[in-house]
This record gives sequence, C-alpha cells and structure tokens, in this order.
Amino acid sequence: MTAATEQIGNWLEEFTGQAVSPLQKVRDAGFQRFAELGFPTTHDEEWRFTNVAPIARTKFRTAQSGAEIRIPKGAEKVEAGAELFDAARLSAEPNAFVALNAAFLAEPAVIRVPKGAVLEEPIEITYEASANVEPLAAHPRTVILVGANAQCTIVERYQGTGRYLTNAVTEIVAGEGAIVDHYRVQQESREAYHVSSMQATLGRNANFSSHSISLGGALVRNDAGAVLSEGTEATLNGLYIANGTQHIDNHTAIDHAKPHGTSHELYKGILDGRATAVFNGRILVRKDAQKTDSKQTNKNLVLSDDAVINTKPELQIFADDVRCTHGATIGQLDAESLFYLQSRGIGRADARRLLTYAFAQDIVDRVKVQSLRDSLERILFEKFHE
Amino acid sequence: MALLEIKDLHAKVGDREILKGITLTVDAGEVHAIMGPNGSGKSTLAQVLAGRDLYVVTGGQVIYNGKDLLEMDPEERAREGVFLAFQYPVEIPGVSNLYFLKAALNQVRKHQELPELDAMDFLNLVKEKMQLMEMDQALLNRPVNTGFSGGEKKRNEIFQMAVLEPRLAILDETDSGLDIDALKLVANGVNALRAPDRSMIVVTHYQRLLNYIVPDYVHVLSEGRIVKSGGKELALELEETGYAGLGIYDEEEAVEKA
Repeated sequence: MTAATEQIGNWLEEFTGQAVSPLQKVRDAGFQRFAELGFPTTHDEEWRFTNVAPIARTKFRTAQSGAEIRIPKGAEKVEAGAELFDAARLSAEPNAFVALNAAFLAEPAVIRVPKGAVLEEPIEITYEASANVEPLAAHPRTVILVGANAQCTIVERYQGTGRYLTNAVTEIVAGEGAIVDHYRVQQESREAYHVSSMQATLGRNANFSSHSISLGGALVRNDAGAVLSEGTEATLNGLYIANGTQHIDNHTAIDHAKPHGTSHELYKGILDGRATAVFNGRILVRKDAQKTDSKQTNKNLVLSDDAVINTKPELQIFADDVRCTHGATIGQLDAESLFYLQSRGIGRADARRLLTYAFAQDIVDRVKVQSLRDSLERILFEKFHE
Repeated sequence: MALLEIKDLHAKVGDREILKGITLTVDAGEVHAIMGPNGSGKSTLAQVLAGRDLYVVTGGQVIYNGKDLLEMDPEERAREGVFLAFQYPVEIPGVSNLYFLKAALNQVRKHQELPELDAMDFLNLVKEKMQLMEMDQALLNRPVNTGFSGGEKKRNEIFQMAVLEPRLAILDETDSGLDIDALKLVANGVNALRAPDRSMIVVTHYQRLLNYIVPDYVHVLSEGRIVKSGGKELALELEETGYAGLGIYDEEEAVEKA
C-alpha cells in the first residue's frame, strides 16, 4: 500500500465505524470525494507553504464534537436534512478537508434567523476538544441561515486540550439586505491541528463582516471565502499571533460575482520565535462585476530573526471598470517609537510589549461585541506578558 | 552645584562624526540655550543626552547628578529625571495617551521609591497639568500624538514634562513649526516649570523662542563644537548679524565653501 492509500484506509476504518445516519448520503459523497482527492501536499499551489503531513500521518479516533450552542431569542435551531448539504456541490469540492468534514457529518449546528429578525444577543457556538489519551479528530459543521433584512452576530470559539484535529466547516448564507457580523476565535491547544473553512454566500445589498482571530494550534489552516452579489459589502479581517514553532496559514477568497460590490480585507500578523505564517488573499472580479471596489491589506510584525511569513495577493480581474488595491507589509517594531517610550521611563521589554499590543489593537477595536472585545484585550495582554 | 557636566563629548552616526568635542556645565536651576545653524549638531547633542542608540559616543564623558549618564539606558535616564522634548514627537497608534503617561509616571515614581498613583489621583494630576497647557482633555484618550496637529504635538511634549517633573529638561527645537500664539503657550508652560532645582537645555535655531524663554546662558554650536558662549544678549547679537556674522554657515553651505 502506498502512504496515501494507507492514510485513507485509516479514515475508512473510522468512517465505516460510524452508526448509520439520516445524513448518510452526504457522508458517502464526502468520503468518496475525500478518497479521490487525498490529503494535499506542498506540490499543490494552494498548500505550497503548509505541509499537512503531520495530520495525514496521524491515526485519529473520531471524537464527538463537543459543541456548546447558545441561541438567542429570535433565532432557532433547525433539524438538518440531507437536502441542506448539496451532494452535487460536494462532488465539485476541491478541498479534501471539507470533503472529510462531510464524511463525518454527525450533529451539524444549523441555525436559522428568520426574515427581518434583529437579534439583540449573539449566536454563540463553542467547540471544545479534549484529547488526553489518544489523538482525536472532530469535524464540526456550523450552518447559519440568515433571512432577508435580518441582523445577527455570530461568535464561534474553538478551544481544547491535548493533541487533536479540529476540521471545521462553517457556512453562512445571508439573504438580501441582511447584516451579519461574524467572529471566530481560535484558541486551540498548542499541540492541536486546526483546519477550517468558512464560506459566506451573500445576497444583494447584504452587509457581512468576519473577524478571524488565530492564537492557538501547532498547525493551522484557515480558508475564509465570501461570494458577493450586487451591492454587497463584505469585510474579512484577521489577526494571527504565532510563536514557538506554530504555523498559521490564512487563505482568503473574495468572489465579486455581481456589480457594485465592495470588499475590505485587513489581516494582521505578529510572529515570534521560529513561527511561520502564510497569508494568501485571492480576489476574483468576474466579468459582470463592474464598479467593484476592493481593498486588501496584510500587515506583519516580525519580532524575531527566525520567524517567517509568506504573503501573497492573488488578483484575478475580468471586469474593466473596477477599483482594486492591495498591499502587504512586513516590519519590525519601530525604533523611534521604542526610544520615545523608553525616553519617558518605560523599560525596553515593556515598551516592546506595548507596541506589539498596539499593533494588534486596530483589529480588536473593530470587534463590536463588547464582552468579546474585553476578553480579547485580556487574552492579548496576558499573551504579551508571558 | 553642577547637575550636568559634559566633557569633550564626541559622537558619530554611521561613519560621520557629528559632535567633535562638546564641553558644557549646567548648574541646578539654570537655563542654557544652544543655538546653531542646521547640521551643527544641536539635535544630536539632545538625542545623545537622552540615550538614542542611533548615535555612537566615541569619546568624552557626561556626568549627571554625580552619575555616569552614558552608562544608563534611556529609561534609566528618564527615571533619574532626564526629559527630552522631541523635535518630532512620535505618533504611536494603538497606545492611548493616558495609558502611556500613567505607565511612564509610575515607572518614574517607582524608581524614586514613591507609591504608584491610582487612577483617580493620576487623573486629577493630569487635569491640573492640562489646564496649564490649555489642552483639550479629549486628547488624553487619543493614541499618543496620532492625528495631532504640529502645535498639539509640541504642547503634548511640554504637558508630559509637566507630569513627569524632570530635573533636567532638554527641549529640542520646541519652537519649530509653531505660530506665535502656539509658541507663547508652549513658552508659558515651560516658564511655569522653571524651578531652582530644575535645569533646562533649550535647543533652537531661532532667537525668537528666547524672547519668551529667557536663558541664563547662550552657546553657539558650529560643526560639532561650541564656538561661542555668553549671556542672553548673545542671542540678540545673533538675531542682528545672523550666524554668518560669526562666520558660521549651515552644514551644506560650509561644505560648499570649504
């Protein structure tokens, strides 16, 4: 047996060990697709800088995804039928992890926000993993369906202890004129593998913003994508902080499918130790998507000599009347600013921490949920005082 | 008693020697003005005294309050009472003025074995000092110098000085970029901080500032050396004849003439 078939064999054992589910059709399609694709290697352009061999080599037992879901007044949990997970789409899915997630679909969290509903409180979903005996794999699936002109906030949290794989897929569908504010805070254990895919399908004049905060994990890959309609406004923001030997890869993809769409992207990274990070920002402006306005920024603060960042914009523009800008920076702490703080009596180490914290501050400032912003400020403050 | 003794100080940036033997003694309570054309080394002297590592000291000695100043890190100098009002105050997005100043003051107080101020006492102190500088309290919650006008930045420097109460204040071209009203405001703030145990070094290109902050001594710097020293009347003399009257030119002009 080749390494690849052996790897798939391990998953097959787990796959067939599952009890039959009403979602079996989806699972079968998912596993079939996964078996066709196999795990990506660094020969795949999309995975060039992220080697998932440690995941592929590990034999994981399937874990129950330990979800804690808080549904506020105005929203409702929906029993998921197989029709929600389109088998045809799965067979076109190019991402092996998304296919694997479908193969292990167990209790997807499907939440509906009815048309016109305005939620006062956020929808909160926390996935907690605990793998203290053997490596476990969880495949959480979250689906949020937001009706036309509805407004809601979604907070996803990922955390855990031990060595495990979280392979998460989140789908958000926002109807015409809906306003959706999405947050995902990834604080996995330092031994964990975290692979995620967030896909937002946005209706006309919808306003969507997503904020992805990546702090934990040994090996992390996040794919965040949004498909825009006419007049849609989409924001993808991110903050990644890595030290030691952490590897954090953020791939974003914005698809301007229709005219008059606006997209903003701001991803900021702080790297220390021998950490590595990847930012790949794809923006597709289709032929019909005239008057698109798109801006992408990736800023990196590199605190050590051994940390590495690979940043790449990827613009594919097929319309001719558009405005698309992108920029990436990689820098160190500003010597002038350090001296200014020191010259007022603040010690060098404290000055460095203060400036590092300040670098992350504008992402945190964009968090509209007060309690989340407070907890992020606390987490970051502690992180920089380690 | 001498608070500061600079003896034959030499400093360079890269391969370029900028200070070529500065000797200067400042007693407690005195105000010394350092004047000179562009490129004469005025700002370098100010930055070297504050401990900017861009400049390498290649010779000489600086004794501050009986201690070797050049041995200290910038933060130690600040805690010992040295304050530099920057020519170009640095914008620090993401750090609020209030947080920054509280952290700074408490570091200085800790060093002086004084109790740290709590939020309330600190706010009261800050409000009092803001009145002195006629500063808008809204600036406190803004990030340090970020989006401040030129005048607001300079006032913020003197405001910080008022809060930190240094023993040696070095004002680096605090007048540059200020209109006459802003200049008077800044000068009033500085004058209010004059005290028998506080010395000041006022670095300026123009005599104008010295009409408002009247120095005890004036020194003229040229090509990294003090070429003339005198009382406050030396500034007025310079105002009439210009630096050329003393045979002193801007660095670039000097190079051309050589």
